[in-house]
Amino acid sequence: MSLHINPQMKRRYAAEKRFKAYAITALTLAGAFLIFFFADMISKGFPALQQAEILVDVHYNDTSKQNYKKAVDKPLRRIVSRGYLRTLPLYMEDHPELMGTNESRWVLATADVDQYLKGKPHRLKSKYQKQIDELLKAEKVRLAFNTGFFTRGDSKMAELAGIRSAVIGSIYVLFLTMIFALPIGVMTAVYLEEFAPDNRLTQVIEVNINNLAAIPSILFGLLGLAIFINFFGAPRSSALAGGLTLALMTLPIVIITTRAALQAVPDSIREAAFGLGASRWQTVWHHVLPLAMPGILTGSIIGLAQAMGETAPLLIVGMMAYVPDAPGNILEAATVLPAQIYTWAGESIRAYEERTAAAILVLLSVLLSLNTMAVYLRKHFEKRW
Amino acid sequence: MNIADLSFYFIAGLLPLSCMAWMLGRNKASKNHAGKRWNSRPGHYGWFSVIWMATPALGVAILASLLHLTGIYTVPAIIFLPVVFVIAAAGGWQGLRLIQPSLRARNSVEKVIRALLITAALTSILTTIGIVLAIIFEAIQFFKIVSFWEFITGTQWSPDAASGDGGEGLFGSIPIFAGTFMITLIAMAVAIPIGLLSAIFMAEYATESFRNIAKPALEILAGIPTVVYGFFAAITVSPLVVKFAAFVGLHADYTNALTPGLVMGIMIIPFISSLSDDVIRAIPQSMREGSLALGTTMSETIKQVLLPAALPGIVAAFLLAVSRALGETMIVVMAAGLRPNLTWNPLEGMTTVTVRIVDALTGDQAFDSPETLSAFGLGLVLLSITLILNIISIYVIRRFRQQYE
Repeated sequence: MSLHINPQMKRRYAAEKRFKAYAITALTLAGAFLIFFFADMISKGFPALQQAEILVDVHYNDTSKQNYKKAVDKPLRRIVSRGYLRTLPLYMEDHPELMGTNESRWVLATADVDQYLKGKPHRLKSKYQKQIDELLKAEKVRLAFNTGFFTRGDSKMAELAGIRSAVIGSIYVLFLTMIFALPIGVMTAVYLEEFAPDNRLTQVIEVNINNLAAIPSILFGLLGLAIFINFFGAPRSSALAGGLTLALMTLPIVIITTRAALQAVPDSIREAAFGLGASRWQTVWHHVLPLAMPGILTGSIIGLAQAMGETAPLLIVGMMAYVPDAPGNILEAATVLPAQIYTWAGESIRAYEERTAAAILVLLSVLLSLNTMAVYLRKHFEKRW
Repeated sequence: MNIADLSFYFIAGLLPLSCMAWMLGRNKASKNHAGKRWNSRPGHYGWFSVIWMATPALGVAILASLLHLTGIYTVPAIIFLPVVFVIAAAGGWQGLRLIQPSLRARNSVEKVIRALLITAALTSILTTIGIVLAIIFEAIQFFKIVSFWEFITGTQWSPDAASGDGGEGLFGSIPIFAGTFMITLIAMAVAIPIGLLSAIFMAEYATESFRNIAKPALEILAGIPTVVYGFFAAITVSPLVVKFAAFVGLHADYTNALTPGLVMGIMIIPFISSLSDDVIRAIPQSMREGSLALGTTMSETIKQVLLPAALPGIVAAFLLAVSRALGETMIVVMAAGLRPNLTWNPLEGMTTVTVRIVDALTGDQAFDSPETLSAFGLGLVLLSITLILNIISIYVIRRFRQQYE
């Protein structure tokens, strides 16, 4: 009763309330930002899932085979994608039976038409705007699902640009990263946890791993450039150079998480194995490693997710090259999804913006599912002792 | 035949030979041998013969590739492959001959495994040494051209002058480091209060179930790739900042320092909140109860008991966050601008160490041009700062952590 009369208590309770309010505000701010960020990305990237197409009569004949522009009637030539028409002569070569016929088909429109239809800033002349409006009335223009975004490589023409080559480049790079980082990382962790005596060397290695985890990723790019490219002669921009660079960066993550997983296996398991006459390696290989496997997997997935989103070191080893076709092997010039996002973000043509955001959505959904998988693995397979 | 084909044939030949050696070794050890007990399991004898077969062959292969790399002599493939396979076969035969019940195959095999594990562990050291040496070596090249003193005290950075009409480029790094520290400062001004207060709320006020949702949700922020933050900063936040500045009557560049600072701060929130949350929760419950029993309110307990107790851990988290912000690349590359600019105004464009490194190494300059080499000079300073911060934070944790355990 006297609590509420006592002015000092009143002040203290007010301070308590204020402090709690600050804390809630901080958390709310962080949460609000998260929501704003995702809303912004989704609203920017979603339109890229649709692409403008125009229903035109395509003429398959020798003139259009010589000059691809003549495959469509003149008034349409400025609103139909030139890059798409360019593929027609090859198409005719593959389908000689079509020669001399006309076909009415949906053809990719230019990026400006696409942006005009989506109501975004565009540079379409008013003459063509009218033309599009008329075609729209005749239902000869539509926004269709943008399959090309997933099946085509990079292009200098926004309407043709897709993520295929970048995705394949990413797969190459991550594959190389994992086959180098995983065995070496797990072996290092096993040595440090199960074999190493507690001496000077072990301590040096431990401090080193901690330092390695704290080094900014861009410096790994400098290492990759100086060692892998300049010294060992790996081709610049190749998946090999990128994969090796990322492997060194992922190594400390794999080591640290594997060590944690090994530490979680109780000593009674080891002692039981020793008691039955197993050697140290037999104990590790037959008992400790299988029990630590879920933890090791979780750590590898987290490392993989981090390598997948990494850009800076890859820019340094030249993986921001313009790569229209997917690389055929690990020595060819390749690009990765984050680097593709970077190059598209730097394009001055506005139509790339939605494609950048769409590529970001693809990357984020892969990363989020990887992380969810890691959490699931940890929850369902890790034993509590 | 190129190296790739050669290594393919080498491995393709060695694999079946290894399988054969393993099976022969195991078979020999499975049979009864004059009634004596075998020292190890049959599989160990299999691996024993594999090791005897593969080691000399691999040794010869490494020797040949060393000779090739150093340019002393290139062994023709037509000689190399048969020689290697003969050596492998001879080694395998010798290994098989050594197999007898008294041979302690398990010990020999595990010695080799141990050696392999040590080699793997040493790669982490090699990587660190590699980074340090690669950067120092190239940085020395740079400091041969530009004096170290000029590099750390000069206030003008315009490397283009060097490639132009033969004039000396100016490599004064103060404006670059000023930009880096300014952006880091803004980032910390965002991340420290929000991160720390979020951690306090999650650790002390929130229910367990709320915390189980809020903590992973915050950690999503740390999982978003930095290139995505960069795009977000350049496309969404930067126009907002410019508009807001115009609204209050100020002029802001589109590549202002405030934008990357803000976005970087948001990126760093989960580092601080997660680490601080762990540290605060690790404080023994008895300390909370003791304080509350004296009649303090929760906020007084937090401010006067828990935070001082958790301080070393929190400081370590701050230091890690700072080193993270200093080395952050993509956000600043995409949103901070290229122009070195020595100013206190965060609404002007500024550049950072990492931006200059990326810019110098993604251009068309020859590798030994001063501008390219300047990236390594900047990299060296960045590396030193990061390592020092990291060592301090490890020291802080070690020195003060045990106090309450």
